[in-house]
This record gives sequence, structure tokens and C-alpha cells, in this order.
Amino acid sequence: MSRNYLLSDSIISPLGFGTLENLKAIQNFDSALKHHNNSKFFKNGYYAGLIDIERINDEFSKHADPVKYTKLEKLLILSIKQVFDQSNSVDLNATGLIISTTKGNIDLLGTGEFSSDRIYLWKMAKIVAEFFGLKHKPIIVSNACISGALAIKTANDLIEARRFSNAIVAGGDLVSEFVLSGFQSFQAISPKPCRPFSNDREGVSLGEAAAAVLIGPDFSKDQGKIQYIDAVTANDANHISGPSRTGEGLFKSINRLFERNNIESSQIDYLSAHGTATNYNDAMEAIAFDRAGLNNTPVNSLKGYYGHTLGTSALIESIITKHSLLKDKLYASLNFTASGVSKDLNIIQDHENRELSLALKTASGFGGCNLAMLLKKERI
Amino acid sequence: MSIELSIINSVTIRDSKVYKNGQLIFKSEPDLVISKFLKGIYRDQNLKYPKFFKMDSLSKFGYLGVEILTNANIQDKETALIFANSASSLETDEAYARTMAEFPSPSLFVYTLPNIMLGEISIRHQLRSENIFLVSEAFDPALFIDYSRGLFQQEKADKVLCGWVNLHNNEYDVFLWEIARSGGIDFNEEELKKLYLPTHE
Repeated sequence: MSRNYLLSDSIISPLGFGTLENLKAIQNFDSALKHHNNSKFFKNGYYAGLIDIERINDEFSKHADPVKYTKLEKLLILSIKQVFDQSNSVDLNATGLIISTTKGNIDLLGTGEFSSDRIYLWKMAKIVAEFFGLKHKPIIVSNACISGALAIKTANDLIEARRFSNAIVAGGDLVSEFVLSGFQSFQAISPKPCRPFSNDREGVSLGEAAAAVLIGPDFSKDQGKIQYIDAVTANDANHISGPSRTGEGLFKSINRLFERNNIESSQIDYLSAHGTATNYNDAMEAIAFDRAGLNNTPVNSLKGYYGHTLGTSALIESIITKHSLLKDKLYASLNFTASGVSKDLNIIQDHENRELSLALKTASGFGGCNLAMLLKKERI
Repeated sequence: MSIELSIINSVTIRDSKVYKNGQLIFKSEPDLVISKFLKGIYRDQNLKYPKFFKMDSLSKFGYLGVEILTNANIQDKETALIFANSASSLETDEAYARTMAEFPSPSLFVYTLPNIMLGEISIRHQLRSENIFLVSEAFDPALFIDYSRGLFQQEKADKVLCGWVNLHNNEYDVFLWEIARSGGIDFNEEELKKLYLPTHE
């Protein structure tokens, strides 16, 4: 069985158009989260990471007419384009496209803009696939906030099933009135930029972003490359909108992943957490990590940089994890002040250079879903 | 190295009728509103699960389909769930959007993700197993086959429940089946299409 790797990648976010710009912004402790006043659901405005439509249209007009595509389609296309531009000799007939999204073009709902079928996730995916002339029918993973990492697992499993020989995984979600009003109806939006795992955390901040990564075998002689080892999902079987108080599903996914791959918690060099900064989520994660023996493992949440980008979040975090491993660099968990969870965690408080080899990425979401994934640096 | 798998049960809910393994087990008057049709199935099956009444229609279809498919009893708690549809949660998205003008409804918003159905089924049967929700334009048997084979081959599951549960604009199409390592008809694209497509008449 051939192994699959996280190959070329791209992140399009308020922090930059391309992974390098994003990494530079994180290095400088920049945050995408700014104060905005454009939602009727927030009298005093709200903090979120929004991508300037002018910049999107400027970039997009280099490739096609921006009027013909929705905001999210443009972001996905720009992101995938960057991946293709970095990948020599990708065979379009042998490459799958897996799209990760929760709400797709939901901002079109009730607007009458574009044809009415554009609201379907499969239609959006089809338009993106057709833009690049991909032969395979696109596959959409829509599994709440674990979608981005679950799409990487899906790519790996479908390559193993020989459905295609490699796959582009692309994720995207917007900060729409639909999603803003929904999170606000749960009283889950933080009045300040979100502060994951902190004792002064007050809820989530939302962000929009697209990201893409090529998954497949790697025959290059590159010095270091990041291998997908395995991923496991587990449901909490507890509540559809609240996480389990015992962290059952998340613990189970991590525990199974370790057992299947003969890994001890002490071997994990870096843990990329979900860390949405809601009270319950962060408390649940801390309990699950404690049960899995990960108290001393350096851990961060990237939500302080990006906000919660929903279907993109676990994909962006996997891409940043890849670069952390390649650069031997731990990035600070932005906006963390003092611990606000019941179990000891080793939150990364400042950027740090450290030799890294094995990383654990986790994600959790509505519907009680949880995922744990292992990524490993292969040295030649 | 392709492993042999079997389809051991199937359920279809279509055109006001419910079929199990090809046999008609419930029929309501045609053109009944969906909520009444769903309640009719619930009563007919003699189910007692108050959470049913809080679910959105998409989740109700998934929940009812699984109860009928498994005789309301899933013994293997590692049974994985692979579900898909075409319209995601759009039916509930539209209902939620209508509340946005006045008071956005949190109880509707929570159902604006299609995988909530997997949460409902997992809670009902206490499954802490592998879950995925996929979206495709039309029923895609090969996608279910490829993804479930992966779970069996990687020994992540010994049983899988698959579901195509679609609902939009009052049109519904529900097809569920159970896969095991042996004991039924061959799990391949042709057999799956035969089970999905017949008129049953």
C-alpha cells in the first residue's frame, strides 16, 4: 500500500492570499479578526475575519470574469489554482476533487443572484471542477466543523480504493448573515476577538477562508515531506449541539488512533487543537486531552489568528501543522492569557523552534462529531 | 485484495410508501404533508422516542429509516454511518432563514447541517463510531462502496449503515442499507442500483 502525503497547498484568508503570506502573518502575531459593522444582527458590531471582495476580484480577474462566480467559488478556485501552479505534471484525468464546506453559497439564499441551483453544494463543486477541467465528479464532505480534516481522510481512503491516483482537497466557508445570526442566536459569539483555552474567553469569532492541498503519493526526492498516517472519527452520542462533558467522542477518536498505530501520547511532538473558545468546547477538549495523556504536549488553537472558519478550519490547521513540522516551529496560541480549563495543558505561549516529527490534529463539531489525525515528517 | 461484502437489509421510503427488503410495510394516502406522513410511520412502527418530535424532517427520515432497517436495535456499537444526499440541509436552511427577519431560531439553526442526522442516530443507538456525511448531485453507489470498503479494509468497522436521505421542496427520497462481511447479497454497484431503482410494483 502506497503512502499518501500532504503536497502543495494554499490558504486564502484575510491574513494573505497564499500559504507563505499566511505563515508570515502568523509569525508576526497578526490576526484576521477585526471589528465590523455590516451585520444587522449586531447593534455594536462584531469581530470576524472577512476577506476583502475587491482583493478577491482583483486576483480573480487575472484568471476569469469575477462576475460569473460567487464569492466562495472565487476563493476556492483561487486556492486550487495556487496548488496546481506549484504542482508539476498533475494529470487532470487522474485527480479527484474533494470539497469541504458546511454552508457553501448560503449567502445567495433569497437573493435571486445567480441561478437558483447554485445554492446546492454539488452545483458549487461542479462549477469549481469544471473551471479546472477535472474529469472526476467532485465529492463533497459536509460534516460540520470536522469537514476539513475529514476531507483529507476521504482523499486518502479514496486514493487507496483506486478511485483516483491523487486528489485536491479544497475547503471554503463564508461569514454570512445566515451563520452570524445562527451563532448569535446561541449567544456563542464573543464580544472581543476569541481567546481559546483562556480563563477570559467569551465565545467564538467567525472567519472566512478557503484552503487547498494536494494529497497523493510523492515520488520526489524532497528533503522532508509530510505523510498522512491515519485518521479516526468518533461520535459523542450525547447531544446534537453541545459537546460531551467527558470528552467521550474526542477521547475515543484519539485513543483508537493511538492504538491502531502503536503510538504513545509521549511521542506526539505537537497537538493542533480545535479550540473554538466557547466555554463548553474548550473545557471538553481539555478533558479529552487529559484522558489521552496529552497534558505535556505543546498545543495551540489557531482560531485567534483566523476565527472559526467552519468547513475550512481543520483543513487550514492541517496545512499549518504540515508547515510547523517542516519548519520545526511551534506557533503561539494567539490571545491566550491564563488557563481557563480544568485540566493542565501545555499551551504554546510564544513561537518556538523545536525539532518536530509527529503531530496530532483534532477537530470536533455539531452533531457530536470528532476526528483525530496523525501527520508525520518523513526524513530522507 | 478487494474484500467481499454483503448487503443484509434495505429500506426505501418513497411516494408515501415504506419498503423493507422489497416488501411494502407501510403506505399512507398520497400527497399527505410530510410531517403527517412521518408521524404516521412513527405510530405504525410503535416507536416511543420523544426526541423524534424535536427533530427536523430530514433527521426524522434518517431516524425512522434506521429504526426500520435494524428493528430498532443495533447490537454492534462500532457500526459506522455513511450517509449522503443531494440537498444537504436546505429544507431546514430555508425554514431558518424565514426566522431571520424576526428572531433567528436557535432550535432550527442547529439542524442547518446535514450531519446532525448522524448525531441523532448515534444518540439513539449510543454509537460512538465512524461517521461521515457526503453530498453528491444524485445517488452515487460507487462512492458509498469505495468509502465503506475503506472502513472494512482498515478494520475501522465490521458493520456499516449507509443512507441516502434526501429532502427538498417537499420531495423526499430515502434509501438505507446495512453492510456486513457476509450473510446477504453481494455489495456491488449493480446490486445496489437494483435495490435503489425498482418500482416495487
